[in-house]
Amino acid sequence: MKNILSLLALTLAVSACVTINVYFPAAAAEKAADKIIDEVWQLKDGVAVPVKKPTETPAK
Amino acid sequence: MQKFMFSFLVVAITLFNSSWVNAAADLEVNTPAISAIKNSMQARHAQLASHYASGAIGLTKDGLIAVRDATALPLKDRQGINALVAAENSDRNALYKEVAAGNGHPEWQGEVRSIFAGRWIDKAQSGWYFQQDGGGWAKK
Repeated sequence: MKNILSLLALTLAVSACVTINVYFPAAAAEKAADKIIDEVWQLKDGVAVPVKKPTETPAK
Repeated sequence: MQKFMFSFLVVAITLFNSSWVNAAADLEVNTPAISAIKNSMQARHAQLASHYASGAIGLTKDGLIAVRDATALPLKDRQGINALVAAENSDRNALYKEVAAGNGHPEWQGEVRSIFAGRWIDKAQSGWYFQQDGGGWAKK
Protein backbone atom coordinates (compact mmCIF):
# COMPACT_ATOMS: atom_id res chain seq x y z
CA MET A 1 0.00 0.00 0.00
CA LYS A 2 2.80 2.33 0.94
CA ASN A 3 4.38 1.46 -2.36
CA ILE A 4 1.32 2.47 -4.29
CA LEU A 5 1.05 5.74 -2.40
CA SER A 6 4.60 6.71 -3.19
CA LEU A 7 4.05 5.72 -6.78
CA LEU A 8 0.97 7.91 -6.87
CA ALA A 9 2.96 10.81 -5.50
CA LEU A 10 5.63 10.27 -8.12
CA THR A 11 3.00 10.08 -10.83
CA LEU A 12 1.47 13.35 -9.71
CA ALA A 13 4.87 14.99 -9.76
CA VAL A 14 5.58 13.68 -13.26
CA SER A 15 2.19 14.73 -14.56
CA ALA A 16 2.74 18.20 -13.13
CA CYS A 17 5.83 18.45 -15.31
CA VAL A 18 3.81 17.33 -18.29
CA THR A 19 1.21 19.99 -17.53
CA ILE A 20 3.80 22.77 -17.44
CA ASN A 21 5.17 21.75 -20.82
CA VAL A 22 1.82 21.77 -22.58
CA TYR A 23 2.08 23.42 -25.99
CA PHE A 24 0.78 26.94 -26.49
CA PRO A 25 -2.67 26.79 -28.16
CA ALA A 26 -2.06 29.42 -30.84
CA ALA A 27 -5.40 28.97 -32.63
CA ALA A 28 -7.36 29.32 -29.41
CA ALA A 29 -5.30 32.36 -28.48
CA GLU A 30 -6.10 34.01 -31.83
CA LYS A 31 -9.76 33.39 -31.24
CA ALA A 32 -9.52 34.87 -27.76
CA ALA A 33 -7.60 37.87 -29.09
CA ASP A 34 -10.20 38.49 -31.81
CA LYS A 35 -12.98 38.40 -29.28
CA ILE A 36 -11.30 40.87 -26.96
CA ILE A 37 -10.22 43.22 -29.76
CA ASP A 38 -13.73 43.24 -31.24
CA GLU A 39 -15.06 44.35 -27.89
CA VAL A 40 -12.40 46.95 -27.18
CA TRP A 41 -12.64 48.47 -30.67
CA GLN A 42 -16.37 47.71 -30.94
CA LEU A 43 -16.03 46.05 -34.31
CA LYS A 44 -19.19 43.98 -34.15
CA ASP A 45 -20.76 43.82 -37.61
CA GLY A 46 -21.71 47.14 -39.10
CA VAL A 47 -20.36 49.32 -36.28
CA ALA A 48 -17.30 51.44 -36.91
CA VAL A 49 -16.88 50.54 -40.56
CA PRO A 50 -13.75 52.27 -41.83
CA VAL A 51 -14.47 55.35 -43.88
CA LYS A 52 -12.54 55.09 -47.12
CA LYS A 53 -11.10 58.23 -48.56
CA PRO A 54 -11.02 57.77 -52.34
CA THR A 55 -8.16 60.26 -52.78
CA GLU A 56 -5.80 58.23 -50.63
CA THR A 57 -3.75 55.37 -51.88
CA PRO A 58 -2.52 52.96 -49.22
CA ALA A 59 1.24 53.14 -48.88
CA LYS A 60 1.62 49.51 -48.07
CA MET B 1 1.58 -8.89 -11.10
CA GLN B 2 -1.88 -7.59 -10.43
CA LYS B 3 -0.43 -4.91 -8.22
CA PHE B 4 1.91 -3.88 -10.98
CA MET B 5 -0.93 -3.65 -13.48
CA PHE B 6 -2.88 -1.48 -11.09
CA SER B 7 0.06 0.86 -10.60
CA PHE B 8 0.54 1.11 -14.32
CA LEU B 9 -3.12 1.96 -14.75
CA VAL B 10 -2.85 4.72 -12.16
CA VAL B 11 0.15 6.17 -13.97
CA ALA B 12 -1.53 5.94 -17.35
CA ILE B 13 -4.78 7.53 -16.21
CA THR B 14 -3.08 10.39 -14.40
CA LEU B 15 -0.86 11.22 -17.36
CA PHE B 16 -3.65 11.00 -19.88
CA ASN B 17 -5.94 13.08 -17.75
CA SER B 18 -3.49 15.91 -17.20
CA SER B 19 -2.58 16.34 -20.84
CA TRP B 20 -6.14 15.92 -22.04
CA VAL B 21 -7.55 18.58 -19.75
CA ASN B 22 -4.91 21.07 -20.85
CA ALA B 23 -5.45 20.52 -24.54
CA ALA B 24 -8.96 22.03 -24.21
CA ALA B 25 -10.00 24.06 -27.24
CA ASP B 26 -10.76 27.54 -25.95
CA LEU B 27 -8.93 30.02 -23.80
CA GLU B 28 -10.77 31.57 -20.90
CA VAL B 29 -11.25 35.30 -21.46
CA ASN B 30 -14.07 36.08 -19.07
CA THR B 31 -12.27 36.33 -15.78
CA PRO B 32 -13.15 39.42 -13.68
CA ALA B 33 -9.62 40.78 -14.17
CA ILE B 34 -9.82 40.50 -17.96
CA SER B 35 -13.29 42.06 -18.08
CA ALA B 36 -12.17 45.01 -16.00
CA ILE B 37 -9.18 45.67 -18.30
CA LYS B 38 -11.38 45.30 -21.38
CA ASN B 39 -13.88 47.86 -20.09
CA SER B 40 -11.14 50.31 -19.26
CA MET B 41 -9.62 49.94 -22.75
CA GLN B 42 -13.00 50.22 -24.42
CA ALA B 43 -13.68 53.51 -22.64
CA ARG B 44 -10.24 54.85 -23.55
CA HIS B 45 -10.64 53.91 -27.20
CA ALA B 46 -13.02 56.84 -27.69
CA GLN B 47 -10.08 59.16 -26.96
CA LEU B 48 -7.55 57.13 -28.96
CA ALA B 49 -9.53 56.49 -32.15
CA SER B 50 -8.98 59.92 -33.73
CA HIS B 51 -5.24 59.72 -32.98
CA TYR B 52 -4.93 56.35 -34.74
CA ALA B 53 -6.70 57.86 -37.73
CA SER B 54 -4.49 60.97 -37.83
CA GLY B 55 -1.34 58.88 -37.54
CA ALA B 56 -0.32 60.53 -34.26
CA ILE B 57 -0.36 57.11 -32.61
CA GLY B 58 0.63 53.81 -34.15
CA LEU B 59 0.35 50.14 -33.22
CA THR B 60 3.70 48.67 -32.26
CA LYS B 61 4.94 45.23 -33.27
CA ASP B 62 4.99 44.14 -29.62
CA GLY B 63 1.28 44.60 -29.04
CA LEU B 64 1.41 48.10 -27.57
CA ILE B 65 0.89 51.62 -28.94
CA ALA B 66 3.30 54.52 -29.30
CA VAL B 67 3.31 58.19 -30.22
CA ARG B 68 4.42 58.21 -33.82
CA ASP B 69 3.96 61.80 -34.93
CA ALA B 70 3.14 64.35 -32.25
CA THR B 71 2.75 67.07 -34.89
CA ALA B 72 -0.40 65.32 -36.10
CA LEU B 73 -1.99 66.11 -32.75
CA PRO B 74 -4.22 69.08 -32.11
CA LEU B 75 -2.41 71.43 -29.69
CA LYS B 76 -4.90 70.76 -26.94
CA ASP B 77 -4.07 67.04 -26.99
CA ARG B 78 -0.28 67.25 -26.99
CA GLN B 79 0.02 67.66 -23.27
CA GLY B 80 -1.92 64.58 -22.28
CA ILE B 81 -0.87 62.19 -25.04
CA ASN B 82 1.98 60.51 -23.17
CA ALA B 83 -0.19 59.76 -20.16
CA LEU B 84 -2.91 58.41 -22.44
CA VAL B 85 -0.48 56.11 -24.27
CA ALA B 86 1.09 54.98 -20.99
CA ALA B 87 -2.30 54.14 -19.51
CA GLU B 88 -3.26 52.15 -22.60
CA ASN B 89 0.03 50.26 -22.60
CA SER B 90 -0.27 49.44 -18.94
CA ASP B 91 -3.73 47.98 -19.62
CA ARG B 92 -2.42 46.02 -22.59
CA ASN B 93 0.46 44.56 -20.61
CA ALA B 94 -1.94 43.62 -17.84
CA LEU B 95 -4.30 42.06 -20.38
CA TYR B 96 -1.62 39.77 -21.82
CA LYS B 97 -0.57 38.79 -18.34
CA GLU B 98 -4.12 38.04 -17.23
CA VAL B 99 -5.00 36.02 -20.33
CA ALA B 100 -1.97 33.81 -19.67
CA ALA B 101 -2.49 33.60 -15.92
CA GLY B 102 -6.26 33.17 -16.24
CA ASN B 103 -5.60 30.01 -18.21
CA GLY B 104 -3.15 28.65 -15.68
CA HIS B 105 -0.04 29.37 -17.75
CA PRO B 106 1.64 32.63 -16.74
CA GLU B 107 4.58 31.58 -18.90
CA TRP B 108 2.42 32.04 -22.01
CA GLN B 109 2.42 35.81 -21.57
CA GLY B 110 4.97 36.45 -24.32
CA GLU B 111 3.15 34.24 -26.80
CA VAL B 112 -0.19 35.83 -25.95
CA ARG B 113 1.40 39.23 -26.58
CA SER B 114 2.71 38.29 -29.99
CA ILE B 115 -0.63 36.80 -31.03
CA PHE B 116 -2.37 40.01 -29.94
CA ALA B 117 0.21 42.16 -31.72
CA GLY B 118 -0.64 40.49 -35.02
CA ARG B 119 -4.38 40.64 -34.47
CA TRP B 120 -4.48 44.33 -33.48
CA ILE B 121 -2.70 45.15 -36.73
CA ASP B 122 -4.89 42.84 -38.83
CA LYS B 123 -8.01 44.42 -37.42
CA ALA B 124 -6.79 48.01 -37.63
CA GLN B 125 -8.74 50.31 -39.92
CA SER B 126 -7.20 51.43 -43.17
CA GLY B 127 -5.18 54.59 -42.69
CA TRP B 128 -3.91 53.58 -39.28
CA TYR B 129 -0.18 53.18 -38.75
CA PHE B 130 1.54 50.05 -37.54
CA GLN B 131 5.13 49.10 -36.86
CA GLN B 132 6.77 46.60 -39.21
CA ASP B 133 9.14 43.85 -38.12
CA GLY B 134 12.13 46.05 -38.92
CA GLY B 135 10.78 48.80 -36.68
CA GLY B 136 9.63 51.25 -39.39
CA TRP B 137 6.07 52.56 -39.58
CA ALA B 138 3.69 51.61 -42.35
CA LYS B 139 0.22 52.81 -43.17
CA LYS B 140 -2.48 50.25 -43.45
